[in-house]
Amino acid sequence: MVQGYLQFAIFIVVLVALVKPVGIYLARVFNNERVFLTPVLGPIERGAYRVLRVRPEAEGQDWKAYARSLIVFSLLFWLLLYLILRTQGIQPFNPEGFHSGPWDLSFNTTSSFITNTNWQYYGGETTLTYFAQMAGLAVQNFVSAAVGISVVVALIRGIVARSGKSLGNFWQDVTRILLYILVPISVVGALFLVSQGVIQNLSDSTVIHTLSGGQQILAQGPVASQEVIKELGNNGGGFFNVNSAFPFENPSGLTNFFEMLLMLIIPASLTYAYGRMVGSQRQGWAIFSAMFVLFVVSVVIVYIAEQHGSPAQHAAGLHTHAFDGSTGGNMEGKEQRFGIANSSLWTAITTVTSTGAVNAAFESLTGIGGAVPFIDLGYSEVVFGGVGAGLYSMLLYVILAVFIGGLMVGRTPEYLGKKIQAREIKLVSLGVLFTPLAVLLSAGLASATDLGKRSLYAGLNPSGLSETLYAYLSQANNNGSAFAGYTGFIQPNAPGNVEAYGLSFANLLGGAVMVMARFAPIIFVLAVAGALAGKKVSPAGLGTMRTDNPTFVFLLIGVVILVGALTFFPSILLGPVSNGLSGRMFP
Amino acid sequence: MSGLRKDVLTGVIAIVVMTIALGLVYPLAITGISQVVFPGSANGSKVSDNGHVVGSELIGQEFKGKAFFHSRPSATEYSGNVTFFGNGGPNSAEVRDEIREELAAYLKLNKPYDRSLTREDVPVDAVTQSASGADPHISEANALIQAHRIAAVRKLALEQVEELISDNTDGRFLGVLGEPGVNVLQLNIALEEQAPLK
Repeated sequence: MVQGYLQFAIFIVVLVALVKPVGIYLARVFNNERVFLTPVLGPIERGAYRVLRVRPEAEGQDWKAYARSLIVFSLLFWLLLYLILRTQGIQPFNPEGFHSGPWDLSFNTTSSFITNTNWQYYGGETTLTYFAQMAGLAVQNFVSAAVGISVVVALIRGIVARSGKSLGNFWQDVTRILLYILVPISVVGALFLVSQGVIQNLSDSTVIHTLSGGQQILAQGPVASQEVIKELGNNGGGFFNVNSAFPFENPSGLTNFFEMLLMLIIPASLTYAYGRMVGSQRQGWAIFSAMFVLFVVSVVIVYIAEQHGSPAQHAAGLHTHAFDGSTGGNMEGKEQRFGIANSSLWTAITTVTSTGAVNAAFESLTGIGGAVPFIDLGYSEVVFGGVGAGLYSMLLYVILAVFIGGLMVGRTPEYLGKKIQAREIKLVSLGVLFTPLAVLLSAGLASATDLGKRSLYAGLNPSGLSETLYAYLSQANNNGSAFAGYTGFIQPNAPGNVEAYGLSFANLLGGAVMVMARFAPIIFVLAVAGALAGKKVSPAGLGTMRTDNPTFVFLLIGVVILVGALTFFPSILLGPVSNGLSGRMFP
Repeated sequence: MSGLRKDVLTGVIAIVVMTIALGLVYPLAITGISQVVFPGSANGSKVSDNGHVVGSELIGQEFKGKAFFHSRPSATEYSGNVTFFGNGGPNSAEVRDEIREELAAYLKLNKPYDRSLTREDVPVDAVTQSASGADPHISEANALIQAHRIAAVRKLALEQVEELISDNTDGRFLGVLGEPGVNVLQLNIALEEQAPLK
């Protein structure tokens, strides 16, 4: 295990070393300052404003105008993506001759990609045209990420505003985030991935006559260009059904390391950008520390649990200890080149961030190892979280912690000099509680009715409950990872879903949950930003509770655990923890 | 012009421009550059034996019989175009039975050539399904066990087979990142070159 911890340590050192430079860069982009790419991209940026007919410097938006632009933009893109998914039969770049699936599946997939979730009830390589993957889904990987980041930028502007109500201009923010952050990193990253073996072509599948005289068909496609933004934008929707476990998406230890870094780099660096924009790096580091502690705990728990092996393996008489030349541990549903350590690290990263890409099968995780993704999602994606979404959700928790702290010491709660009053706390509570509520209601509905039962693969046992709960936890938190036995399909040929047909209940409920749990919190967050923007800043006094010291970090972690994880504690006990502690076999 | 109408107008322009720029120009440009600069890896890192393409070095294949190294168990019959997880749960009785069978089969296949082989020596990867269904690698321990069988069947010295294994092992990147794995397809190609059957 020493080798595994060494890899974790290297990863963390590289990540932390990048947080500051990347954070400074992000802050400069958000503040509309010059960056090193401005000479190249400045003309394109100005051209974009002309084409879009916006004059950003003259058109500051209050929170309602900002929210309206965001909603209109997302709604239009929803319609376009739905149209693309419904017209596959007439599209170019369709060497396999795919047609569109059922409409409710398209509804689910459209909602999934507009909301940065990338939940996959479809198998990409077996149902989607290259055109739909590129011009439909991959576009949303960029755009939904940019929308998420724009919301946190607006919230930060609200927090720091000295006067007035403007939160900036939505169109400008989205343009700059795409142009200066997401696209340049993707171009470089995609080419790097291709150089390491990720495929990038428009050919049709290749039929191979194998060495032992058999036949193998190799899927092809524009994978690398999608892989990079899928990780960078915390989207997670794989070109292939088995996602980043498939060697054409993630061929080596090096690409695995790079893709993990892509997932965390923006969420982690945003905390630094935040500190810079509010004028106190310590505020940023405080939030980073709270996230970091919860993240490291997740990694270590998964790693220990997976290295132990599973009850089924032990019952079969298999020895799961590590020895020279073998990693040991629970290798069911894991790849040899990643082993236990890198599958565990990835699992923690993809669930603390809202990525949801996987390089190992979640359903095959041990009980306790599998409980970690539940808990990570239970925090409502505030531990680094989705790009933008993680920090704006965490800032709601910060305000909540300030409020609770204020109650404890008997002072009017203040955050960065702004009084936190009834209106803010109401909005924050709505924002914090909306997602857990959506999860529990939808998972409850699916568990309690026969309609939901049809999606189960594992059957009526703890694994079956895990599948259901996780499906709605993942969709509501816009994560997209899955205990993948759970499908939106009736399963004539489980678990492959070849020739399967759509299960409308799961598609429709899931799609609706994703849309609501994405946009309702965004509106609450923007409303909080609007409420804070108009407030005067009062100077910090002796009685002001500090929000940049270890005491506050501890308080913040406590609030996250109390509100986030404990909401789901009973259901997690019944699902993965039952598996982990009992060691019983289920048919 | 009202705010809403302006948003709709800007929005319509934005989705068209972004779809063209991010959905067509970006991936097609990456494809073009990749095809020129990295044609091998961009098209699937294919490998040949005697001039015939026999697979991709990144995608595992099924090998049967005594004369080849075997890949890890697969839920998808090593499919390279229809992928799904096996989804074997940690507490599944079915998975327990499958592993029991795999374990027995592995011992039955290899024990005749290595009498000291016991259940305890069998590495986990040899009897558990991979995630992708097409894991190109097996662990070094797994390969070294199978080496006894291969040496006997192909009439090679054990040391020669072990040398081929080490030649076809992908180590950790910079000795640190990832886990070492033996590339089964490339190893079997090397075997065919050095000691062809018949």
